[in-house]
This record gives sequence, C-alpha cells and structure tokens, in this order.
Amino acid sequence: MTTDTLGNSNAGAAMGRSIPRVEARAKVTGRAEYVHNLRLPGMLYGRIHRSTVAHARITGVDVSAAQAMPGVYAVYTAADIRKLIPEPYFGPAFHDQPILAIDKVRYVGEPVALVLAADPHVADAAAQQIVVEYEELPAVFDEVEAMTSKAVVHEVLKPAGTFPDLKHLKDKRDTNVALDFHLRRGDVQQAFADADHVFEHTFRTQQVLHLPLEPFVTVADPAPNQLVIHTASQSPSFVRIEIARLLGWPETRVRVKVPYLGGGFGAKLYIKLEALTAAAALIAGRPVKIALTMEEQFYTLTKHATTLRIKSGVTRDGKITARECEVWWNGGAYADIGPRITQKSGFTAAGPYDIDHVTIDSYSLYTNLTPAGALRGFGIPQLVWAYESHTDMIAKALKMDPLAIRRINILREGRPQATGTLMRDAGIEPVLERLAERMTWEKKYDRGSGTMRRGRGIAIGFKASISPTTSMAIVNISADGSCIVYCSTVDMGQGSDTAMAQFAAEALGIPVERVSVVHPDTDVTPYDMATLGSRSTYHMGHAVKNAAEDARDKLLALAAEVGLSAETTPIPDIFRKKYGMQAGNIIGIGSFIPPYTPPEPGTGLTTDATPFWMIGATGAEVEVDTETGEFKVTRLVNLVDVGRPVNPAIVETQISGATIMQLGFTLSERMEFDAGQVTNASLADYKIPGIRDVPPVMENEAVDMVQKTGPFGAKGVGESGTFGVSPAIASAIDDAVGVRLTSLPLTAEAVYRGLRANAGKPLQD
Amino acid sequence: MAKTSMSATHKDISFTLNGRPVTALAGNHQNLVELLQEQGLFGARESCAQGLCGCCTVIVDGNAVSGCLTMATLVDGADVRTIEDTGADGKLDAVQQAFIETGAFQCGFCTPGFILMTRQLLDEHPNPDEDQIRHYLAGNLCRCAAYTEIIKAVKLAAKKRKG
Repeated sequence: MTTDTLGNSNAGAAMGRSIPRVEARAKVTGRAEYVHNLRLPGMLYGRIHRSTVAHARITGVDVSAAQAMPGVYAVYTAADIRKLIPEPYFGPAFHDQPILAIDKVRYVGEPVALVLAADPHVADAAAQQIVVEYEELPAVFDEVEAMTSKAVVHEVLKPAGTFPDLKHLKDKRDTNVALDFHLRRGDVQQAFADADHVFEHTFRTQQVLHLPLEPFVTVADPAPNQLVIHTASQSPSFVRIEIARLLGWPETRVRVKVPYLGGGFGAKLYIKLEALTAAAALIAGRPVKIALTMEEQFYTLTKHATTLRIKSGVTRDGKITARECEVWWNGGAYADIGPRITQKSGFTAAGPYDIDHVTIDSYSLYTNLTPAGALRGFGIPQLVWAYESHTDMIAKALKMDPLAIRRINILREGRPQATGTLMRDAGIEPVLERLAERMTWEKKYDRGSGTMRRGRGIAIGFKASISPTTSMAIVNISADGSCIVYCSTVDMGQGSDTAMAQFAAEALGIPVERVSVVHPDTDVTPYDMATLGSRSTYHMGHAVKNAAEDARDKLLALAAEVGLSAETTPIPDIFRKKYGMQAGNIIGIGSFIPPYTPPEPGTGLTTDATPFWMIGATGAEVEVDTETGEFKVTRLVNLVDVGRPVNPAIVETQISGATIMQLGFTLSERMEFDAGQVTNASLADYKIPGIRDVPPVMENEAVDMVQKTGPFGAKGVGESGTFGVSPAIASAIDDAVGVRLTSLPLTAEAVYRGLRANAGKPLQD
Repeated sequence: MAKTSMSATHKDISFTLNGRPVTALAGNHQNLVELLQEQGLFGARESCAQGLCGCCTVIVDGNAVSGCLTMATLVDGADVRTIEDTGADGKLDAVQQAFIETGAFQCGFCTPGFILMTRQLLDEHPNPDEDQIRHYLAGNLCRCAAYTEIIKAVKLAAKKRKG
C-alpha cells in the first residue's frame, strides 16, 4: 500500500527519465506475449495459395486435389467468402482490395485461395495442390509508365467514403492514377525565367520492405456472440471498424486484441490478414490462425518505389527562388495508404527550404506489383533523398559548400512552409548547426590518398505529422493508489507502454513504477487512430495526460467531499474514508484531436497543415576504393528535434535503429523482379543490416528543444532518424571521388561505373 | 534412457529440457522449434526459417543451433536449453541484466537468440573486443537494429560476469 499523495513530491520525476522498458524482463526471458505464440483449442491453420502471374483474368480454380488430401478441413475461394461478405473489398483509402482474388489477379503473390487444416504442414502441402488457370493481361510495373500505360490495374476507382478529398475520384475509369495532389505557391515559371541558374535532376528509389522478424500473423476466434481477433496489428481500432463494416455488424460484435508486436515499421497497419482470417473462422466455425512465412511478407506490403523530378531556380549566390517537384509513387496493385502518403508527405517535397515559388505534383499510381504502404517515414525518406541530393548537386555546380547553401535557404522559425503553414517549434536551424558542429564541418578534412579517398556529406529533412487524427485514453486509479492506463497504442518495440506510463505518472505526480499499461483490446481500451507516423507520443501522450489530469481532478474532488487534504493524505486513505475499505476506482478520461485546416483544393495551401514538425539530419563519412568502387560508411552522425525526450535512452535507440534501417535501404536492400515476380524473397537473397554493417562510429543526439504544444514538451521520434541517411552517404561518395549516384541503393558497382565514366572509359552495360 | 519406438512418421524421444527430463512423440517432419512449442516454450521463434536470423536459437548439448533447421528427432538423448532456462532462484543472469540496463532491444522478438549467443560468446571469450562481438553475433539479426546497444550490453555483461 502506497503512502504517495497527489502532492508535488513526484512532479517532474517521470518525464525525461531513462527508465528501462516496462516489459524488459518479459523480453529477456522469452516470455513476452506475441500473437505468434497463440494457440486456441480446436484451432485450424490457414495457408494461402497465391497468384503466379502479375495481371490476369482467372478462368478456373481447381481445389479438388487439395480438398481430397487427408487432414484438410476446407478450401475456400472468393466464392465462399462472398456468401458471407457480398462486397469483400477493404482498404483505408480505397475499397479496392478483395479478401481473396475475384475474377482477376493484379500482382504475383496475390491471395487466391485458402486451405484450412489442423496441421499446418498439411495445409501447406494442400495449398500447393490448388490449380488456377489464368488468361494473362498486359501488366505495368513502372510508376512513370503507369501514368500513360494501356494496361490498367483497376477498371474503376473505388475510394472509401471516409475521406472527403477523395470523393471526386469515385467511379473514375481507366486510369492508374489513384490520387493526384497539387500544390501551387507563387509563380514558378516566372521565377525560373528570372533565375541566374536553373537546375533539374531526376532521382529513383527502389522497392524495399519492412520485414519485421515476426511476420504477419492473425488468429480469429468465432465465439458465440462475438468475433475475437488476435492480431499483430498497429491499428486495432481500424481493424474492428473495418471488419464490422465488411460483416455489416455493430462495432461491438468484433473484438480486437493486440499483445506485443515483433516489429511493425508501418507494415502491420489497416487490414492485412485480419479480413481473410475472420472470414475463414466464421465460415469454418472454428478458430483459425494464419501466420505468414518470411517469403510471404514480400507479397504483402512494400515501401513505395519512386521517381522524383526536381527543378530549381537559383540566384548566383545560391538562394533558391523557385522549385518544381514531380513525384510518382509506385503503389502496387492496391492503394493501401498510398494516397495519403502522396498528399500528406507530398506537400513537403520541396524540402525544409524557404522558397517563394513552389509547385508540387504528386501522383499515387497503381501497378502490377506487391501493394505499397507506409514504411518508417511515410514517404519522407524518398523525398529527402531527392531534394537533398539535388541541393548538393546545385551547390557543387555553384562551387558552394553544402553547409553554406543550406544556411542560406533553410526554413527558419516562423517562416511559411510551401503550404503557407508557419514553422513553429521546428528545430531545422539548431539541428543543422549542431550537425555541423559535431562533424567539425568547417575544419580541414583528411581526404585520403592513393586508392583510398575519403568524403563526407550532410542532409536534413522534415516531416509533418499526419493530421487530423484522434486518440482516446482512460486512466484508472485503484484504491491502493496504483494506476492503470487504458489505450490502444501498440507497443511494437518503440517503447510506447513505457512512455505512456511516464506521461500518466508525470501528470498524477506519482512514481512511474506504480503505473501499468493495458494492451490494446477494443472491448477495453478506447479508440485510437493507429500507431503510425510517430504520432503516439504527441497524440496519445496528450490523451493520457488529459485522462490523468481528469482522474487527478476527480480524486481531489473526492478528497474534498470526505474532508481530507489530497495534498497531504496518502491516496489509499482517501478511498478508505469514502468506501470504508480498500474499494472503488477513480476513472479519468481524455481525448485529443489537434486543430487542422484542410488544404485548398487545387493549390494545396493551408495555414495549419500539421500539429508539429519532425526534423532529422545525418552527417556521413565514407572511404571509397578508387580501383573497385567499394566503399565503407565509417561514421554516421544523427541529429533530431524530438521536442523534449520522454525517455532519453529509448529515444536514442529509436534514432539509432531508424538510421541503421535506412542504411539497409540505402546500401543493400532491393526487391528484384522478373515479370512482376519477386526473385529474392528470402533473407538469403535480400540483405538487411546485421551487426557487422553498423558503421564503426555512430553518434545520435536530440537537440535541446521543446515542442510547446506537445505533452510535457514532447513529440514523435520513430522516423526522424531515417530522413538524412541516403542523401548524406551519396554526397559523401561524391565528395570523395566525384561520382554522383541518383538511384538507390548505392552500390560499389554503381560507384565503379561512375569512376570509369569520369575517366572517359565507361563500362558497357 | 527411456525406451524408444519408431513409426514411419513419428518417433518417441527423450531429452533433457532446461534441466528436466521429458519425453515426446516427435514427427519426422517437425523441427525443434515446433517441438518446443508443444512443450509450451515460445522463446525460440521461427522467423526466416533458413537459419539466417538467429531468432530460433536453442542450446543443444552446449552448442547454439538454429531450431528451425534442427529436426526434432535429432535431440533424442540431448541436453536442450532455451531462453526460458532461468536459474532455480528465478534471477536474471549477467547477460539478461546487461541487455536491460543498456536497452539492447526494442520489439524483443530476436532478443532470446541474442542473449543465448552472447552467453556462448562470453563463455569462449570472457573479454571480447568489438570485432569479436561483431563477428560472433553476425548470425543474429535485429530488424529494430538495436545493434549499438547490443554491443554495449555484451561489454557490460562481460564486466558483470567478472563480478
């Protein structure tokens, strides 16, 4: 029993403290709860039969051999699903994705049929016995070709009704453009005409994927009065609403529970396996588990490959006066959240620079590849890759220093961003200056000699928080003075349980050790939009803080009612005075939705695009072998503005982890395709960073900033470390050997080709 | 050893699991991870299923193996230890404590594998330098990329083991 009071003895004791994660012991003993571990009585295992062609009409599905295999419980196709769900299409922005393919397949790996068996090995063998006949259709894979291709992935666009800005796309036919976003500020063409110099470059990024080590997994349990879905999902509230919509049920008949996630990174959002697993469980009348293999993750969701064209008008002393950006996002066969990325990240495509004349055209394209969605940065790393590479190419042409050109052009506090929204609590300048300081940028640099040349580069990016989104929380004070936080934020490794405990403890002024956090369970924890886009610290942080303050006010009122001083009376004594024994609860509730002004249609301008800005910058040093093109990243310095860090140790891990993940996307990761078929769908052929790939020197720092509108001064951190990595390394290579790469990943072969081209002896392709 | 029987598809096996004798009917097609799951142990996790990620690390007769590539029937008569093998007092060992104190994990899915490999590393090299650590743990992947913290954890654990 605690003797804590609501006095101020613990105020300020929870924020800014590097306490270990609340689930630390469970994780180091192998006992942390994941859906991966879950088994239910009578449970069947589902295995998916997937499309082998990129774009085709289905002319026949023969499941007889699979059905005849001993141990097979059932085999389902779209026809079976439609008996339960007549319109089985889902998606957050477009209702375009069928639970199982209907009439057509649109990418290699698309689910066509499902086998259920009590033994997963039987299900696996049977899924391979299904024979599907296809009449192949022309396919489109490239995002720029998709703009004008005769191959059309979807005959008709089907925007979800929930987004007013997508309504105009309803029933649009024969286009692969799922969404086009346009921003118009000033007069770019006139500014180009007036500029001393105009530069134009095109950049590419490749398909990569999230690859959480716990692959996608869902269990659905058709209990008599309620369907319970246990799922590795970042968006339990969305899953409940979307499954209820598909079934035509009230929300309360669907219950979604999420334990810890073995990684998410934006993959486990919206509907992935949930609709298929739920439908199968309801048809079979048995619990069903579908757990994907590592290979199958390559057929589920990727990051958007992009083509980015960027053109700038610049004065002779390096001031950027105008910028024109075109971005083509390769969305794959289903829109997922791509249209949101196209708009909500698209509007930052001109970079963290103060430019009077800007146009942005951002296109979300359907292609016949694995669907693309958000991956740690919501499209921002692709944009930063382009605008920061472009900035350094301009600097080089003007014989300017990369730091100097940024100092001239960066968006300073209070200045309008391209949308017109003013920059507030956006540490672009402090992040850039601190990076320069840590890199000792203005000191002489050892450039190597002979065949080993050294170089360095810097890059800075920024991101708006996706807006507007809602979070709700409940804080429950028990009669012994302990406290439970109920919220639907998913702890997928980012440490949100710990952060939410710290927020509640801080707001109540009680020790953080006395707070526990309930995992998402939509029958228990209230609505949250999703755990994505570095939004939880700010949005759920506010909701938890509001709920804790509400609980605190109610406890103060209770103390007054029973004639005690809440300041000096231990919390349990207040309850005991009221209820005569250790009994009762105080329930505080909190909700949060930030102010927001939608962009004007056509111009994309708005005075309030985002509740906060995230800033991230990286400095890179490399050593390049001039004989082979091989290079090593010897040092990465990562600077971010995260407002006031809630838990500095976890914040540093987030920065460092994000940076290393982006290092993989920069140097080694690339999905290879042959006629739309992924040809390297395994960890043997798709190289993610291991411990030996971490640069010898890694430095991470959160600059001293406060997000004045944030809960206790905090804001999000999960993605900022990714922003600057790719362009900083590309610039360092250019600095070392004069080879400028414009496509990711950056490979020794590409550097070598550049070296040969510079020497006037280009290699044949 | 208990008497064993074989059928075309299954085999009765006996082995020591975290210090206690157990018997099981192991399918010829089953791997060690599945066998452990049937014993209620989920700390060894199949992820890549190719022996490349280290999430399924299990200690068999004192050596770290990939549980996903080890057939269940092969542990007949073996001493098998998993991450769930805490001491009788339930206390965390130096490696586990060091992983917590340095914050050497995020999602925790790969953590059991890293901890088991780190114990083996420190058994062989009580004072590992950074190159040894990177070399020894090269077969374990962490997608959250808590690698810099893991290197710190190994160094701290080495110090803690010396008391």
